[in-house]
Amino acid sequence: MALLETDGLTARYGDFQALFGVDITLNEGETVAIIGANGAGKTTLMRSITGVLRNEARQIRHKDVEIGHLPADTIMKRGIAMVPEGRKLFPSLTVEENLIIGGQHKGGRDLGDRIDSVLSRFTGGPDPMALAAGHDGMGHWTLETIYALFPILRERRMTPGTALSGGQQQMVAIGRALMSNPDVLLCDEISLGLAPVVIRDIYAALPKIRESGASVIVVEQDISQALAVADRVYCMMEGRITLEGRPDAISRDDIHAAYFGDAA
Amino acid sequence: MIWLDTILQGVLLGGLYALFAAGLSLVFGIMRLVNLAHGDLIVFGAYMILIVVSVLGLHPFLAALVAAPVMFVFGWVLQKAVLNRTLGDDILPPLLVTFGLSIVLQNGLLEGFSADSQRISMGALETASVSVGPISAGVLPLMTFASAILVIVALNQLFYRTAIGRAFRATSDDPVTASLMGIRPDRVFATATAIAMLVVTIAALYLGTRANFDPNVGPARLIYAFEAVIIGGLGSLWGTLAGGIIIGVAQTLGAAINPEWQILAGHVAFLLVLLIRPRGLFPRGH
Amino acid sequence: MAMTYSVTTRTGASSIAMIASLILVVVLVAAPAFASRGLIQDLFFILTMLTLAQFWNLLAGYGGLVSVGQQAFVGIGAYALYGAVILGGADPVLSILLAGLAALVLAVPTAYFAFRLQGAYFAIGTWVIAEVARLSVAQWQAVGGGTGTSLPRSALREIGAVNWIETAFDVRASAARDILTYWLALILAVATIAGIYWLLRSKAGLALAAVRDNTEAARSVGVDAGRMKWVVFLTSAFGTGLAGGLIYLQKARISPDAAFSVTDWTAYVIFIVVIGGIGTIEGPILGVLVFFALQSLLADYGSWYLMVLGLIGIAVMLFAPRGLWGLISERTGIQLFPVRRRLVGGALTQEET
Repeated sequence: MALLETDGLTARYGDFQALFGVDITLNEGETVAIIGANGAGKTTLMRSITGVLRNEARQIRHKDVEIGHLPADTIMKRGIAMVPEGRKLFPSLTVEENLIIGGQHKGGRDLGDRIDSVLSRFTGGPDPMALAAGHDGMGHWTLETIYALFPILRERRMTPGTALSGGQQQMVAIGRALMSNPDVLLCDEISLGLAPVVIRDIYAALPKIRESGASVIVVEQDISQALAVADRVYCMMEGRITLEGRPDAISRDDIHAAYFGDAA
Repeated sequence: MIWLDTILQGVLLGGLYALFAAGLSLVFGIMRLVNLAHGDLIVFGAYMILIVVSVLGLHPFLAALVAAPVMFVFGWVLQKAVLNRTLGDDILPPLLVTFGLSIVLQNGLLEGFSADSQRISMGALETASVSVGPISAGVLPLMTFASAILVIVALNQLFYRTAIGRAFRATSDDPVTASLMGIRPDRVFATATAIAMLVVTIAALYLGTRANFDPNVGPARLIYAFEAVIIGGLGSLWGTLAGGIIIGVAQTLGAAINPEWQILAGHVAFLLVLLIRPRGLFPRGH
Repeated sequence: MAMTYSVTTRTGASSIAMIASLILVVVLVAAPAFASRGLIQDLFFILTMLTLAQFWNLLAGYGGLVSVGQQAFVGIGAYALYGAVILGGADPVLSILLAGLAALVLAVPTAYFAFRLQGAYFAIGTWVIAEVARLSVAQWQAVGGGTGTSLPRSALREIGAVNWIETAFDVRASAARDILTYWLALILAVATIAGIYWLLRSKAGLALAAVRDNTEAARSVGVDAGRMKWVVFLTSAFGTGLAGGLIYLQKARISPDAAFSVTDWTAYVIFIVVIGGIGTIEGPILGVLVFFALQSLLADYGSWYLMVLGLIGIAVMLFAPRGLWGLISERTGIQLFPVRRRLVGGALTQEET
């Protein structure tokens, strides 16, 4: 059983269609990379999976439950966490608060969830507590283990998140997502705008993240980085998957064609 | 000495205005919504306390405790069912919807309670005062001022020391990213308005016990609250208290010179501050 | 391939609308010949509210400046007229211009203060200034202070046009005054609509639309957003002041609470614009008719009436934010006062279809 899969996923912004029937799967324990040029639809795919963009229920399945129609907070509580493009730390929160907030709503037992759960029996809408029931958010990752993973963050825990360097901010964003002990971690362009040495430090954390039991999707423009870490690679162009395969089984020409179209 | 007394009365009055303003400030800080019905909601709260006092025969303070949860739920539902739909980049919908709400509330209260002015009776407390040397201050105004400080301390604690406060700040920064953290922004907004309604209930208690009120006094309270918020600098609750005090002192000084100048003096003080410090006295750098 | 196309704002409906509105204006000009005095008064009310609504719409719908302080300009205009007539013995009709100028003068410091505030705070800022104006005028004992005053009968009797109307239509002086103010209101309303239509179709209108949609982007293409805001604010204040002077010339009695009433001169006006359709010229016209119909039906119910108005306003804003006219033009595509430029003919329209 695939942990996460999309099935003919379509997405549009108003009149503009951004995804045309995208099918991807993420199996348990896997790291999958999604590559493609700017505007290929990678970020739209991430926004769809996380529920920031709503889709038809059947278009996305997580542990065999249809989740395409669910709001972002319910999807997060099911155990799908996101490191958003541009890191998006909360400027009003300190580093430590940024980390804490990543885990404070795990498990789906907020008062709001309880109320909506009761209401769902009458309205027939999604029941957030039932949907989050399989994931209690407990596991390896706590404030302590995040600080062990990225020791620099402990030193800077009381500073506002946005006062850090780009690389440190990226560490906070990853730590924040891990705090809910997700079984799926989505990383959108985590190397964008960072120096090579910093990128290496960030990617060095990936094996430990996989060890903790999370399966990972990385969205990358840096093809060699993607090929180095992934078990499987998808290439996107103009809202479609144009290539899928194991890094060792695809050639540079395949990637070039999938990236820029057949004209090359 | 009379001047010192006048200024003290003004400072204490400023506490009342800070109470009017705190709820407005809380809601604006979290969702950039200015509720033009805020003054009318305070008046609505005062009538609710009045009903509880007269029907259940409770002391006004206990009556406010009864009214508070009702106001809390009312605020939650109002935000969730109506105001959340108006939030967005366009400033028109929230302004016009809350303006409409203001008119509905005012006229609903007129229909229910007539235009006669009312007062929530506090018995002996109304006239009680304490004297230090030549200066005396009413117990009720002192309690108002103390309540304003308590409310500000409590809101600051809530904001900076609790999980709800973290969610408030995160949602205020970036609702989309907050939703990726398991926060549902519309619930956060509803909770914020519900908490603002608790503050409104406290403000209503003192509005109703310190002076007469009728269904039409809401807009003026909104204006004082707004002036306090602007003078203080958006987003700073202590600044709002300072702003309230400035309006209060200006009003009592104006009234001491000529009773007809009370309100005008407050507005003029506001305009002067706006002229000299357009971003308020304690602006928040963002 | 031949690429002959032209830019136009005209539509089929707009040409018909032009002809229909010309006929309507002619009928309205002739109305005193056959209409009752009551109808003339109703039409006066509709026309002045329409004028106020068009100016508020220019401000909020096109300029993005949501003011809840327009009563300042109605009140100051009206009081300027009363001051000129009572204290200076000026001609009441000419004093209407003075009313507009007084509003314009007040608008300068108002804008200076209010433009320091953003969005909703701008709205309440304008309200504060209206309150300051009301409280200050209430201190002006020469025009009755807080209780207000009436226009002296002698001044009204001396208006030349009234005497002419008295003989021409064979009516009493008070009815003749209603007819005169009605004609003035008609002129003002027609000039307002024509003027705003002209403004929106001019280059300034394009700049205005750019500012409303995106201040930053507008600045980057060289539109001076700050200047446009001033132009719109001052224009609206001037027009609102003219309407205020005219309204109180007809009423012949004034008080600060009435002339600076936020309900009468701002809440009603906002309701008219919102329900009709904000950001269109057609909207306020439709809105004022709906408003008048509701008032005729429900005005006896006092506060219930206002509650219903408020609820309708909220419902329209939530469920049909472009108002009744928005619903109509969405369904039918009709635009009576088109300001949007369209490309006609040539290859470009071909490609679009």
